[in-house]
Amino acid sequence: MKEIIAPLSKMLSAGEISSVELTEKYISAIEQDNKKYNAYVSTAFDKAIENAKAADKMIAEGKNTLLTGIPMALKDNICSDGDLTTCCSKILEGFRPYYDSTVWTKLRSQGAVMLGKTNMDEFAMGSTSETSCYGAPLNPRNTNHVTGGSSGGSASAVCANIAAYGLGSDTGGSVRQPASFCGIVGLKPTYGAVSRYGLIAYGSSLDQIGVLSNSVKDAATVFDAISGVDSNDQTSVDFDFGNIAQSLDKADVRGMKIGIAQEYFDGINDEIKDAVFEAVKFFEDNGAEIVDIKLPVLKQALPVYYIIACAEASSNLGRYDGIRYGYRPESFNDVEEMILKTRTQGFGDEVKRRIMLGTYVLSSGYYDAYYKKACLLRENIIADFEDIFNKCDIIIAPTAPNTAFPLNFKGASPVDMYLSDIATVPINITGVPAISVPVKNDSNGLPIGMQIIGKKFSEKTLMNAAYFYEKNGDVQVEDFEGGVML
Amino acid sequence: MSYQLVCGIETHIELATKTKIFCGCTTQFGGEPNTHCCPVCTGQPGALPVLNRQVIEFAVKAGLAVNCKINNNSHMDRKNYVYPDLPKAYQISQFDEPLCVDGYVQLDSGKKIRIERIHIEEDAGKLVHDGGYTYVDYNRGGVPLIEIVSMADISSPEEAREYAEKLQLIMRNVGVSDCKMQEGSMRCDVNISIHQPNEPWGTRTEIKNINSLSNIVRAMELEMERQEDILEAGDRVIQSTMRYDANSDTVYVLRSKENADDYRYFPEPDILRFYVSPEKVEEIRATLPELPDAKLKRYVEDMGLPENNARLIYKYRNVTKFFDDAVNEGAGAGNVLNMIISTVYAVLQTEEDKENFDIKISSHQLAELVKLIDSKKIRANKAKEVLARMLESGKDVIEYIKAEDLAGLSDEDLKAICQGAVDANPKAVEDIRNGKDKAINVMFGYVMKNSRGKADVKKAEEIIRELIK
Repeated sequence: MKEIIAPLSKMLSAGEISSVELTEKYISAIEQDNKKYNAYVSTAFDKAIENAKAADKMIAEGKNTLLTGIPMALKDNICSDGDLTTCCSKILEGFRPYYDSTVWTKLRSQGAVMLGKTNMDEFAMGSTSETSCYGAPLNPRNTNHVTGGSSGGSASAVCANIAAYGLGSDTGGSVRQPASFCGIVGLKPTYGAVSRYGLIAYGSSLDQIGVLSNSVKDAATVFDAISGVDSNDQTSVDFDFGNIAQSLDKADVRGMKIGIAQEYFDGINDEIKDAVFEAVKFFEDNGAEIVDIKLPVLKQALPVYYIIACAEASSNLGRYDGIRYGYRPESFNDVEEMILKTRTQGFGDEVKRRIMLGTYVLSSGYYDAYYKKACLLRENIIADFEDIFNKCDIIIAPTAPNTAFPLNFKGASPVDMYLSDIATVPINITGVPAISVPVKNDSNGLPIGMQIIGKKFSEKTLMNAAYFYEKNGDVQVEDFEGGVML
Repeated sequence: MSYQLVCGIETHIELATKTKIFCGCTTQFGGEPNTHCCPVCTGQPGALPVLNRQVIEFAVKAGLAVNCKINNNSHMDRKNYVYPDLPKAYQISQFDEPLCVDGYVQLDSGKKIRIERIHIEEDAGKLVHDGGYTYVDYNRGGVPLIEIVSMADISSPEEAREYAEKLQLIMRNVGVSDCKMQEGSMRCDVNISIHQPNEPWGTRTEIKNINSLSNIVRAMELEMERQEDILEAGDRVIQSTMRYDANSDTVYVLRSKENADDYRYFPEPDILRFYVSPEKVEEIRATLPELPDAKLKRYVEDMGLPENNARLIYKYRNVTKFFDDAVNEGAGAGNVLNMIISTVYAVLQTEEDKENFDIKISSHQLAELVKLIDSKKIRANKAKEVLARMLESGKDVIEYIKAEDLAGLSDEDLKAICQGAVDANPKAVEDIRNGKDKAINVMFGYVMKNSRGKADVKKAEEIIRELIK
């Protein structure tokens, strides 16, 4: 795994390269490679050069930070003023927000350079990014396979070195799973650690903006910059994480208690199981203590997740009616018909499916049996996890029960697809942080990812364990050759 | 056939906070369309609501003013429905945990109209129909509202009107809203049904958005008539939403509501549960001013003021403050009241003027003037003239009253004037000697005129009778 941010920052500070030159390199790489991977769905190159010029000024004045002047990508559901932000949906075609998300405001103030918006499942609903209205992004490790989803475009761009790092969103695994499929690092922070203001909502009580990068230190650096309480988001939390990136060099796992739950490995194929157990052994060999834990509630996590996520989504997506923004049909006789046509023509099948599911579980007569029950079960799962973190410091599990599927995988029904989220959704339900790091490739050459999970606000512990593994463990996922190589 | 009326009223009141309930936009009325907006109140993708704590405080104050119990723990819910004036396709409201419950408004008859609940929610935008098109103005979207739901305790259109009027008065006096029905800062939805005595309650209809107190009465009368006609014809009343049109003076069906709307309420995930401590509730209770009905009672029962005069001022917070302040300085209540309703009101003619109470003098300046009337140093009529000029200029009473006017009348001067009265009215003197005692009034007239109102009438009478003997 390679660190990109610190070395680039050093070069920029030393004047070896300017941000404008660096940005132009990324722009060329995108112009050349994006047709191979379909990672970006829109680019903002003029704006990027402007940002780069401003960054160069900051550098000249000695006011730069680690992120100044470094080109990155935003997932297509993260708002930036004046830039196309469409959630890869026809219903938001042409939409340009007139305000900045908090995460982009923070990055821009440090002189970050935004290259464009990346591909995703429509409205973040999916696990392969194939429901995008722009066609699926491709996995740079093997372009016959998916990137995973829903932050597949960011994963693809970061893997292929056509973005130094990317932001994504994770509601049920959408940052971690594509990171795992593409053999890169994916971090989902604690719910409330990063402001959701400007993230186009899917499941409000589950969504978090996360980081995709080529190394743990890069992820930490970006997390340090984007985290923090925000008065525009009442669910954001005021917690002092300290400078996590700086703390990593002292990473050590001696004495760390690692929880292993059998339930997490049920039904997982042997290659993945073996790969993760090998990594666990590595931790043990370095002084960590393995603790056997029980997570019987794990199998309830999936239905709880889908009920809550779909319910919230059905409400969050009500606003797309063609009146104020986005797609509007050419002809209609009255407002009602306009709204009906907008949504019928503008939304894709998976989005419609989840809106219908969500509407159903909230409807009178079914609310108690589904939504209310799911919320009560959620409380149980949260309590179980809290209990477990009294016994161990982190939990290690696979990130996904599979490696990257082939494109257009006919074998899976929508529900089969939902089942593949089993390893990631409990983390969103409980709001705890988790990071996926690459371990090794499977026999098809596709990367396997390991998930390290901590209790709320334990990002420092999490990333220390992940960094230790990355630096000292035997990671057998090769650095990608291609894109911008410095 | 004498039908009985069952009526309950839902009142929406716009709170006079500076900014909207979930964002920092202004709540100011009017303005060019879509200029008091932001990503939050126009439901832009990615925007999030942030609860304005002042809204909670205003709502608690409103609840306490109508005797509600306050729920210390509460939360917001989403009410999902589609309409062009609702940008998010859901309204953030409160469903099963309203902030205030179990209050009442007492009518003059003593009857209590119970209040079931008061909850906070956001207002929707406004639709404007023009030239075959419909326009949406989101300025009003996100303005904080309280919804006050009464129990079905109201039994007549007059009671309904009185209930609404008292609510209006209380909320204005407490300062949570200007409750202007014509501007939409107070809206009443009236639910009514009729039934024969001792029969179960009938099917109710809802008349929405009535925009004046008198229209409440009119709309109800019309709807009661309509329902009666239906029942007399042997048909059944269909649960519907109605509208009253003031221009045509008719009530008509907007839409029938055979099946209740399913709003799919669920707790708002973007806003955390909130807590109002008992201490905070008491802190807010301590800021409640004396309410209008209590004030009226105090003026009439404690101060002995005539009720019809007291009624002319009791509604207006600023007028009563002016009155009370002047009285507290020692000015006579009766005279202060008379000065206000005769002269100050000549300058403040409309309801709005009285609410705004924009006058140039202070209660202290009025008190100074009234004290002169109290001590009989000037006559009431003269005082009114002076007051009128003070109101124009804002100057103190001393500018208009000469020193000699203030000086009292000496006994010598009084005697001289009385002598003058006797000398000037020989016929009256004779009449009095002959038993026509009323003739003395002529003498009094002379004395008052020549003393410029300063003479003490009793003293003058004594002196005159002595002189006549």
